Amino acid sequence: MADKIYRVNMTDLSTSIEDVPADWMGHGGRGLTSTIVAAEVEPTCHPLGKNNKLVIAPGLLSGTTAANSGRISFGAKSPLTGTIKEANSGGTAAQMLAKLGCKAIIIEGMPEGDGWYNLHFTADGITINEETELIGKGNFAVVDAVAARLGDKHGIISIGQAGEMKMLAANLSIKDPDSHLRSGGRGGLGAVMGTKHIKFIAIDPTEAKVEIADKDAFLAANRVFTKALVDNPISQALGQYGTNVLVNIVNEAGGLPTRNFTSGQFDGHEEISGETMYDIIVEREGKPKHNCHKGCVIQCSQIYNDINKGYKTSGFEYESIWAMGADCCVDNLDQIAEADQLMDDIGIDTIETSVAMGVAMEGGVLEFGDGAEVCRILKDEVAAGSPLGRIIGCGAGSVGRAFGVTRVPVVKNQAIPAYDPRAIKGIGITYATSTQGADHTMGYTIATNLLGVGGSLDPLSKEGQVELSRNLQIATAAIDSTGMCLFIAFAALDDATCLPALVDMLNARFGIGLTADDVTNLGMSILKTEHEFNLAAGFTNKDDRLPEFFDEEPIAPHNVVWDISGEEIDTFWNF
Amino acid sequence: MDITIKLFAYFRDGRFKEVASRFFDEGATPQEVITSLGIKMDDVGVIMVNHRHADPAYCLQQDDVLAVFPKIGGG
Ligand code: SF4
Repeated sequence: MADKIYRVNMTDLSTSIEDVPADWMGHGGRGLTSTIVAAEVEPTCHPLGKNNKLVIAPGLLSGTTAANSGRISFGAKSPLTGTIKEANSGGTAAQMLAKLGCKAIIIEGMPEGDGWYNLHFTADGITINEETELIGKGNFAVVDAVAARLGDKHGIISIGQAGEMKMLAANLSIKDPDSHLRSGGRGGLGAVMGTKHIKFIAIDPTEAKVEIADKDAFLAANRVFTKALVDNPISQALGQYGTNVLVNIVNEAGGLPTRNFTSGQFDGHEEISGETMYDIIVEREGKPKHNCHKGCVIQCSQIYNDINKGYKTSGFEYESIWAMGADCCVDNLDQIAEADQLMDDIGIDTIETSVAMGVAMEGGVLEFGDGAEVCRILKDEVAAGSPLGRIIGCGAGSVGRAFGVTRVPVVKNQAIPAYDPRAIKGIGITYATSTQGADHTMGYTIATNLLGVGGSLDPLSKEGQVELSRNLQIATAAIDSTGMCLFIAFAALDDATCLPALVDMLNARFGIGLTADDVTNLGMSILKTEHEFNLAAGFTNKDDRLPEFFDEEPIAPHNVVWDISGEEIDTFWNF
Repeated sequence: MDITIKLFAYFRDGRFKEVASRFFDEGATPQEVITSLGIKMDDVGVIMVNHRHADPAYCLQQDDVLAVFPKIGGG
């Protein structure tokens, strides 16, 4: 059965199933969400209004046995940035939707009344059902209630209180195989689902399999691909320490933004490091290795237990730990884990919210280092929707405006994550030029600037950074379309067998003949589609800039400022 | 000359986290220091001296801080 587009109209509460237009056929994941948003959403629309759409698409290889292919993409016009947005995540939803023959779900319109709904995706299509019990509840209550109603094998995409209240940092939560949560974190797409009054989407488990045009070729290519991932030493370190292994190396390089971006090193780095986290996890009988979906062979996730050896949080990522840790000067992993768990439950982006807390600390709302007060604010203010909670829940830019703080680390109103662009210049180009506001995953120059992957390029020099960021942003747009986790890139950059095997899998899945150049061209065309949407929404090259404090305030230990000019940044788009 | 050495991730196992001031002869290189610790150069991902990336053959100076990382990544 050919894959279909599932359309949900929340204005008249109708659903339909459509053939996939020929133009969309070669797309999946991010390429498909961005193509659909660009085709169907008016760029100047209000992102929280009825004319925005939420598009959900599994990757091109999702649902197959390809290793690490279970990522799901969410697209819309972002309420946080006003740009086009794609957020992707692990969890079980991508694989289930792909097996049920879903190319994409398009959710449009807006119900008139105050009523709330849930969507139920079955082999026969989508039903829209009234929802009352779970309104005002957190994501974990949704997971428990769906398990009680339908069984615990269902896929779930849900929003917490933040999404219901249309906070601009609200995320989408996706259930993982152990009924914990992964997040489609950035850009406030949870608020878009909130405007549609959809609390959650439940997806039926299925025994169906995705069709593979050439099964033998697929198996052979997957074997090579999986071996490249498993043999890669970085994959192995990710399994042991998780992404949080980065705290110490970024700190050592002087690029760990600390105390609301006023230093590049944090005195408490050891306390929050991957090494310390690993020791705590082992001591408390958690799991250092864990996967966010079946078929991941890298397993960067983990189960972090509390002091009584009870479950505390999982998917405890470097960027979340940096944001609550170094940026807010909290040097206590248990407090950071508590905040992480609270943010997952409320359904709010850990990076945006924690950077917002750092700005609030500078604005005198709370003290730097006060992790207990961070947790109290999350529970009593953000989850409850108090005025302070809503200001923080709308992100770092919102806090800066409300409290008169000018050192606000955002690009296109989205918080800058865990790598200081003054000390790691390539990532500054990515923050400035990304089609989606500051986001390290759009073109992860840290690989080459700091980690020696894909060559090496001095992080403190201006030379070659635009080109590095461009190449990585193009490659990333293509990878984000396949359903692959981005961490395959470490093997792809350094193991010559990895990328050809990925292309071979795409060809075997669909019975086509893509070359590596075709994949690069796909990446380029996705970036251009996204960029054109932003231009039509009113953005100009002047929006591709970092906040001025980066030009003016040198950061220790290297005492460097951001020194790449606007003209140089603009050459990014010369392709 | 005295060199401070920092080790990271599994390089710490059975060794140390940080040693302030270990003595080496003038002209010692990161490679010599690393192999003297029983770490294989093939396992080394990143070498930094005084917070800057450095070559294995870099000529270390008195009071340099040498940081040695295995191949790691994240994001
Ligand atoms: S490496 Fe991590 S993020 Fe990627 S698929 Fe595996 S668990 Fe998920």
